[in-house]
Amino acid sequence: MAESTESTNNDVLLEIEDLHMSFGKVRALEGVSLKVKKGEIHSVIGPNGAGKTVMMNCINGLYHPQKGTIRFKGQTINSLRPHERSKMGIARTFQKVEVFGGMTVLDNIRLGRHNHYRSGILSGAVYLGKTAREEIEHRTFIEEQIIDLLEIEHIRHKPVGMLPYGLQKRVELGRALALEPDLLILDEPLAGLNLEEVEDMARFILDVNEEKRWKVTCLLVEHDMGVVMDLSDRIFVLNFGRMIIDGTPKEVQSNPDVIKAYLGEEDLYATRR
Amino acid sequence: MQQDGSTGIPTGGGIEITPELTIPKLFVRQARKYGADRVAMREKEFGIWRPISWQQYLDNVKHLALGLVALGLEDGDKVSMIGDNRPQGLWAEMATLCARGIGVWLFQDCLIDEVRYIIDHSDTKFIFGEGQEEVDKALSIYDECPKLKKIIWDDPKGLRHYHQDCLISLEEVQDLGKKLEKEKPHLFDEMIEKGHGKEVALLFYTSGTTALPKGALLSHNNMLTMGKHLMEVDPCLDTDDYVSYLPFAWIGEQMMSISCGLQIGYTINFPEEPDTAQENIREIGPHVMFAPPRMYEQMTRTVQVKYLDSNWTKRKFYEMSTKIGYRLADMKFKKRPIPWYWKLLQKFAHITVQKKLKDHLGLSRVRNAYTGGAAMGPDHFRFFHALGVNLKQIYGQTEVAGISVVHRTGDIKFDTVGHPIPGTEIRITKEGEIITRSPSVFLGYYKNPEATESTLKDGWLYSGDKGFIDDDGHLVVFDRTKDVFTLKDGRPFAPQYLETRLKFSPYIKDSWVIGHERDYISAVMCIDYTVVGNWADAKKLNYTSYQELSQMPEVYDLVEKQIRQANKDLPDVAKVRRFINLYKELDPDDDELTRTRKLRRAFVEKRYKEIVDALYSDKDTVHIDTTIRYEDGRESHIKTDLKIVTIDDQ
Repeated sequence: MAESTESTNNDVLLEIEDLHMSFGKVRALEGVSLKVKKGEIHSVIGPNGAGKTVMMNCINGLYHPQKGTIRFKGQTINSLRPHERSKMGIARTFQKVEVFGGMTVLDNIRLGRHNHYRSGILSGAVYLGKTAREEIEHRTFIEEQIIDLLEIEHIRHKPVGMLPYGLQKRVELGRALALEPDLLILDEPLAGLNLEEVEDMARFILDVNEEKRWKVTCLLVEHDMGVVMDLSDRIFVLNFGRMIIDGTPKEVQSNPDVIKAYLGEEDLYATRR
Repeated sequence: MQQDGSTGIPTGGGIEITPELTIPKLFVRQARKYGADRVAMREKEFGIWRPISWQQYLDNVKHLALGLVALGLEDGDKVSMIGDNRPQGLWAEMATLCARGIGVWLFQDCLIDEVRYIIDHSDTKFIFGEGQEEVDKALSIYDECPKLKKIIWDDPKGLRHYHQDCLISLEEVQDLGKKLEKEKPHLFDEMIEKGHGKEVALLFYTSGTTALPKGALLSHNNMLTMGKHLMEVDPCLDTDDYVSYLPFAWIGEQMMSISCGLQIGYTINFPEEPDTAQENIREIGPHVMFAPPRMYEQMTRTVQVKYLDSNWTKRKFYEMSTKIGYRLADMKFKKRPIPWYWKLLQKFAHITVQKKLKDHLGLSRVRNAYTGGAAMGPDHFRFFHALGVNLKQIYGQTEVAGISVVHRTGDIKFDTVGHPIPGTEIRITKEGEIITRSPSVFLGYYKNPEATESTLKDGWLYSGDKGFIDDDGHLVVFDRTKDVFTLKDGRPFAPQYLETRLKFSPYIKDSWVIGHERDYISAVMCIDYTVVGNWADAKKLNYTSYQELSQMPEVYDLVEKQIRQANKDLPDVAKVRRFINLYKELDPDDDELTRTRKLRRAFVEKRYKEIVDALYSDKDTVHIDTTIRYEDGRESHIKTDLKIVTIDDQ
């Protein structure tokens, strides 16, 4: 994995500066700064309640931080609404899956494609010429790039609510990918999965990050240290709303403060594997 | 599907099998006859069925064959194939044969040790793997098999970091072939002309319930005569559709895709993924089907479970139509004429239930469905006939290139396997062993003269199966000779028979019956996790694992009910007296079943000795303390007490 820590501003995709966010008297984030470079898998770890999910919610616009700036592709996006940010290329999955249970897998993924549709309501209702062609193009993309990648051919037409949890997580990833994002925020993609599903999901994340077709930058929040250490180019450690360290997996593993924050978890590698 | 060019009358293909005819010769002849206008195969990819014409089939095989020659394939070299059913798999096999090599197929789910054994034993020079999984397997044994030269893959997914010199893609091999074709344009035709029917075409590893796999050598002539003789009994059309989804490493699939498929020229359809096979079968609606009993058992289970889940009206209609179906099936079995009012009822059953049901199972167009490879219970068999499916038992083995005995339409008895196919003689030895003689009997086992000698005597193939010929001339297969029990009263008894009866219950996935020279019969039961799981959910029973579910008292009651049902109509000595629910499913990865899911009796008896001992003691529980190994190498310790239940006064 990349060892270089120097960065030029050109390859920084997401930049957070001095982010503050509090809920009443609870200060969830206190001056957090983070730079995510293009093409990286950048992980955010920290004990429960460290503020990881709050940070993600600030990035994709669900929360509005009291102080600090968030820049994406060099542009400040603090004032943008979530859908505007997704148009810029930010997609995410959620810790607890947020899929549309009554809709089929295909429809869920199609929905993620919404931003790429050019035709309007009226032409959609008539469904002729350009609109029909566009629909076929999108379906081709979904079939060839997403369903094939995530190996969900057998559940294409099944309602998502009827599927086991592990597959729902896959569908949610599929929906995020349908957006063809530049930045993919993955909030605990491995939580609640069994070992086989974890391995599958880790493989998908690597595929999306490395495959020429995708090359998506990933911001990964995860508790499974084994996977985080294996996948990440850089790791950002958060504790009580403050950064402990932002470095390579090696640097993070040997940092005494990190070990202290994880006190009780004898070994950072004390995970399932 | 297109109907052009067919005469409308099913034919046996009309191919004359001369001694010189080889599979490649026939392939080239058929491909040139059908050309670019006719679909040879279809594969569902990215949600769409994509056709491949005979011309494309021929071109792909030609370039691949020449590519193999360019890589250094010589006459008689072995080429192995592993992967799911897909066009590339069949091209690889055909290319190997065209380049005068010998094909070896491995089961897709073979573990490393099995792969190593077969690759090493067969002296494989090239191996065709599908994607990353197969490439990983091949790479991990590469250093231990010095004869292995190249690993060929066709799906690039996940292979972006693989740069080993021994790896080459299928397209690259074909490019080498195209280059060679420019240099020597006649080489391909020359290679094919050189072939002779008596040469070895395939080296086929039998799964073996007792020992290490043995490699059966099958000639071109073996394969072709087998196909021809089956097609003489049940002709097919060249406009028919066939779905290839069972492993090519199983002789039954070779028989349908190569031996029969090539002679008839029907279209072979490949499912999108193994998981979508059932759905894809429904989309295609094949005309002919051959599957081991477990596939039909699975269909039965699906229907039974759906029945339990449906509403009152649907259940009533289903019950009515099944009753009608069973009555009609019994009339057919007894060869009695069907009165007009029963014909009317048949129409009723067909319109209300059976038509839809058959469509869901993908059976609406099936002319002939075959089951073979293991015993099928009479209950399952009747079930399909009640549905109006022309299901036939077959009997055969790898060593006769597929099958030798089959039911004839209109002459079906569910406890027999029918009459020998043309060109085949069947006899029973004094000891009761079934022996076969036909042009399809194999050449011998590879590097194993002792086994060849004990199996092949004076041209007769000794099967190791016990059986007899009944009054109507039908062959009845009892069981593997070494599996036949002697009951308390001295009667011989086939455990398979009872096991298949037990498996008719949708709740039972597998069963293992014990009782050789014992006071009574007992059974080890494996519940079906999904079906029993759903049943438990509906009853609001909580469980976390297979092990916990299997040991619940309610589940024991449920299983006991199923056993009592199976015990009905059996003589007292043949009834199951005691049973236990096993804490796991039987699995080929643990060597408990063969890859074709036959029980390896000697092995399980040794492995579960404590359980067997406890079943024949007065204990009510048996303590288990064991380690389970998962596919990824993890181990988990299991410590539990299993309950034993005695079934009294029946």
